[in-house]
Amino acid sequence: MPVRIGVVVFPGSNCDRDTVHALQLAGAEPVVLWHEQASLESVAAVILPGGFAYGDYLRAGVIARFSPIMRAVAGFAGEGGLVLGICNGFQVLAEAGLVPGALLRNQSLRFAGREVAIAAERVDTAFTHALDARRPLRMPVAHGEGCFYADDATLDGLERDGQVIFRYVDSTGTNAQPGDPANPNGSLRAIAGVINTAGNVGGLMPHPERAAEAILGSDDGMGILRSLVDSASRATADPVGPAVAVR
Amino acid sequence: MTVADVPVEPLHRRLGVTDDELEAIRDRLGGRDPNDLELAMFSVMWSEHCSYKSSRPLLRTLPTEGRDVVAGPGENAGVIAIGEGLAVAFKIESHNHPSAIEPYQGAATGVGGILRDIFTMGARPIAVLDALRFGDPADPRTRHLVDGVVRGVGGYGNCVGVPTVGGELVFDPSYAGNPLVNVMAIGLLREEQLTLASAPGPGNLVVLYGSTTGRDGIGGASVLASATFTGDDPSKRPSIQVGDPFAEKLLIEASLELIERGLVEGLQDLGAGGITCATSETADRAGTGILVDLDAVPRREPGLEPFEVMISESQERMCAAVRPDRWPAVQEVCRRWGLPVAVIGRVTADGDITVVEGGLDANGSPAKGAREIARIPARALTSDAIVHARLATPPTHRRGAPAPGIPAAVSDRLPERGMDPGAVLLALLGSANLSSRRAVFQQYDSTVGADTVAGPGRGAAVLRVKGTRKALVATTDANQSVGAVDPWLGAALSVAEATRNVSITGARPLGVTNCLNYGDPTLPDAFWQLTEGVRGLSDACRALGLPVTGGNVSLYNESLGGRIAPTPEIGVVGLLDDISTLVGPAFVQAGDTIVLVGDSTPGLVGSAYAELAGVTSDDSPPDLDLGREEAIQSFVREAIARGLVASAQDISGGGLAIALAECSIWADLGATVRLAYFGSPAVGLFGESPSRLVVTARPAHAAALAMLARKHGLPVESIGSVGGDRLVIEATSATAMGAAEERGGRVTDTLEVPIRELRNVWEHGLGRALGWES
Repeated sequence: MPVRIGVVVFPGSNCDRDTVHALQLAGAEPVVLWHEQASLESVAAVILPGGFAYGDYLRAGVIARFSPIMRAVAGFAGEGGLVLGICNGFQVLAEAGLVPGALLRNQSLRFAGREVAIAAERVDTAFTHALDARRPLRMPVAHGEGCFYADDATLDGLERDGQVIFRYVDSTGTNAQPGDPANPNGSLRAIAGVINTAGNVGGLMPHPERAAEAILGSDDGMGILRSLVDSASRATADPVGPAVAVR
Repeated sequence: MTVADVPVEPLHRRLGVTDDELEAIRDRLGGRDPNDLELAMFSVMWSEHCSYKSSRPLLRTLPTEGRDVVAGPGENAGVIAIGEGLAVAFKIESHNHPSAIEPYQGAATGVGGILRDIFTMGARPIAVLDALRFGDPADPRTRHLVDGVVRGVGGYGNCVGVPTVGGELVFDPSYAGNPLVNVMAIGLLREEQLTLASAPGPGNLVVLYGSTTGRDGIGGASVLASATFTGDDPSKRPSIQVGDPFAEKLLIEASLELIERGLVEGLQDLGAGGITCATSETADRAGTGILVDLDAVPRREPGLEPFEVMISESQERMCAAVRPDRWPAVQEVCRRWGLPVAVIGRVTADGDITVVEGGLDANGSPAKGAREIARIPARALTSDAIVHARLATPPTHRRGAPAPGIPAAVSDRLPERGMDPGAVLLALLGSANLSSRRAVFQQYDSTVGADTVAGPGRGAAVLRVKGTRKALVATTDANQSVGAVDPWLGAALSVAEATRNVSITGARPLGVTNCLNYGDPTLPDAFWQLTEGVRGLSDACRALGLPVTGGNVSLYNESLGGRIAPTPEIGVVGLLDDISTLVGPAFVQAGDTIVLVGDSTPGLVGSAYAELAGVTSDDSPPDLDLGREEAIQSFVREAIARGLVASAQDISGGGLAIALAECSIWADLGATVRLAYFGSPAVGLFGESPSRLVVTARPAHAAALAMLARKHGLPVESIGSVGGDRLVIEATSATAMGAAEERGGRVTDTLEVPIRELRNVWEHGLGRALGWES
C-alpha cells in the first residue's frame, strides 16, 4: 500500500497541486490537508508546499504559522514526524521556529525565477538518503524572499551539527557564496536547505516537485521526494524507531 | 463627489458622451432623457473600451469559423477543442493606459483581468505571456515604467501560481509616452466544464462574490482606456484599479469549484464597467433582464454613490447566475475560500437592467418603499450600443509600390559602408531588442504548475498537458516597425511570424487572439491604420486557415509625443499531438546539415539592421507572400512529423545571421555556413524577409528534407554544417554583377565570431540597455 503523505493547503498555496502530482509519481498517496483542520489524518509525513500563504502581505510565512493546521504540524514534528517545507513551506517552518534561520528578501530585491544547481551536503538524512553526495541537482527556484540568514554563531553551529543539507553550487560544483550568480538570493554560506537538530523537519527554497520528470528538463528533484517517501514508509513500518539518522 | 456636481460643461460631455451619442441614448430609452445614474452607466458601456463602437464593423470581417472552435468572439475568451474531451481557452488583452500612469498596478491588474477571462469560462489558467512595448531604454522614464511593469506582472502572476512562460519586450521610440502592456492568458478545461457569460432563467439569483466594492477604478474604461492620453495626470489616479493577487487566487479556486460542482448557470467576471457591464452583458446574452438590489452589494467603504457602486472597477469580483436551491452550496464554497458573497439581484424576463434602492422582498421584487433609480434595456448597453462609421484616409505621403524584381541599385552593401559583418552581428545581438530577455523573465515564475517544457527565451513556449501525450505551444508577436510604413503588411507579418514560431516546433496552430493597439479612431489617418491592420489580420488568418477566436481593441494610443506605431499584437496557441516529436530551435549535434528554406527577398525597411545602419529613402520592407507562408509552415510540420528535423529556427528580427547566432548560443555549438546572396550582403545576412527557416538535419536526412521542401514548392539549399566553437559565415555574391565585379572580382564577406563572444553580448545586452548592469 502506498504511504500516505499530507500536503497542506493554505489559502494562497500554489504549488500544492504540483506537489500532489510529484508525490504520485514518487509512489506515495498524497492527502490534501486544509489549513483549517486540526488533524493530520494519520499521514506518515507532511509537506508544506510553495505559494503565498494568506497572501504573505507582511512577511512570508508569518501568518501561516498561526493556522490550526500548523499547531497539528508542530505537534507531529515534536513527536518525530517527518515534515518537509518547500519554498513558502520552508518560510513557514522558519517563522514557526521548526527549522533554524530566517529567509530574507533576495539580495537583488527582485524575484528570482530560474534554474539553479544545489548539492546535498549530507546523504544520510530523511530527505536526502536516495541522493548521490555532492552531485549537483538542477531544479527551479521561484521566490522573492529566499535569502537564508542567521548570525555567525548559529551558522557555525548549523555546520558543526550537520544541519545544512543543501547548498547552491556553481557549474564546477563549488559552493556559490552571496554575490555569485549561481547563488540566486544571497543566502549566507550558500545555504539552500536545512534540517532541525532532530533531523525530522527540513526545508529548502528550490522546488524538487517541479524537477521530477525528464520532460520538464530535470528529474533531479525526484531523489529528494523519493528519500522522503522512503523514510515515511519506514517510519510507518516501525513507528517507535527513530525516523531518521541523526549524526 | 456626486455626478450632479458639475460646473459648466454638461454632464454627458464630462463623462465622455458626445452630443450625438446622447441623442442615441434618448432613442434607446424611448425618447426620454437618461437620469444621472443611467448616463453614468451608458458612459461606461458606450466607451470605446466596452462597446467597440469604432472597431465593431471592422472586426465583423475577421474569420471566426473553425472545425474545433467551441467558443469564439463575444465570449470572455476563445475556446478550441484539443481532443480527449479537453479544450484550451485563450485571450489577449491590453492594459496600456493604466500602466502608463501607475506601472506596477496597471500591469498587475492587466494580468488579473485576463486570468479572470480564462477561469470564467471554466478553464484553469495554465500560462501567461506578456507582450510589452516601451520607448528608448536609456530614458529614465522608460526605465521607471519597465521596472514597474515587470514587477507588476511578476508580483501578480508569481503569486496566483500561473507561470509566465513567454511574451515580448520591445523598445521603439513611438511608445515613449504610451507604453503597451498586452497580456495573454491560456487555460485548460474539460469541454463539459465550459461555462458561458450569461444570466439565464428568470427567477435565478444574481450573486456577486470576491472582493468588496470600493471607489477604485471609477470610470477606468471611459476615462483611461478611451481617450487620448496626455501623460502623467494625477487627476486620473482614482481611475486606476488596485490588484490583490491573493484574492484572485482564492477567486480562481472558488470559481473552478463552483463550476465543477455545477452550482452556477452562468458566470461573468467584473472588469471594465463593473456591475453595469457584468449584468447587462450576461442578461443580453441570455435574453433576460436583471433587477439589481443596490443595497445588497458588499462595500469596502461607506458613502458610495449609486453610480459609484454601479461602475466601480474594483478588482477580483465575479458575478454568477445561481438557481435558488443551489444558493446554500454556493455560500458554503465562498465561505470556505474566505470570499464575501451576496445575492445582489434577480434574473427577470423583462430584458431590462433595473436598479433599486431599498431592497427586494422575499419574492425578489422591489420591497415596499423601495425606489427604482435606473431602468435601461440590457441590449441598449451592449449589443445595441452605438456604432460609429469612422472615416479612414490613407496618409498623403505613402511609400511607392516596390518595383518588381531585384532593385537595380542596392545601396546597402556592407563593405562599401566600411562595416565589418561580424561587428554588425555583435551590435545587433547585443541591442536592446535582440539580446536575451533573461534579465526580465527571470523575475517571473515560469515553472509553477509543473507543465513548462520550454519557458521564456527561446521562441514559442511549450506546455505539456498532464495525463496525455499532447503539448500546447504558444507565442505572441507583433511587427510594429513594418506596420509603421505599411499597416496591412505589419499585421499580416505579425500573424505570419507568430504562427511560424508555433509551426517550427511541429505544432499545428489552432487559432489566433489579437490585441489591436492603434491611435485615435476619430482621426482619419489613424483609423486608416486600424482598417488596414484588420485587413492584414484577416487576410493572413484566411490564408493560413486560422480562426480569430477573440481579442481586444485598444485605441487612443496617442500621447504628447505622438501616436504609437500600429501594433497588432497576435497571440497564437498550437497543439502538438505527441510531445515526443517536439523540435526546438537550438542546434542539436555537431555534423548536422544546416538547410535554409525559403527565399531572401530585398528590402530592409523595418529591419533591426535598418535601425542600426539606416536605409535609403527609396527602400521598402520585404514583401510577404501568404501562400508561401502557408507552404513553409505545412512543410516544417510535415518534416517534423516524419522525423527529418533536428532543429528548426525561424528567421525574423536581425535576419539569418541572428537566427544562426541564436541556434549556436543556445546549443553551445558553432556552425560553418556558406551563403550565396543576390544583390546585397546586408539583405543576405541581416534582411528580414519572411517565410524563411533555418532547419538542421542528420546528414542522412538532408536529401529527404530537401525533397520534401521542393514538394511544397519551396526553395531549399544546404548552407553548411553544425560544429566547432565559432560561428563562421562566408557570404558571397551569387551574381556576376554589381560593385564586386566592377572591382574585378567576387566579394566575400566573412564573419567569424567565437560563440563565447556572441553569448557575452547577447546575455548582457538588455541589462546594459536598461542600466541594470554596467
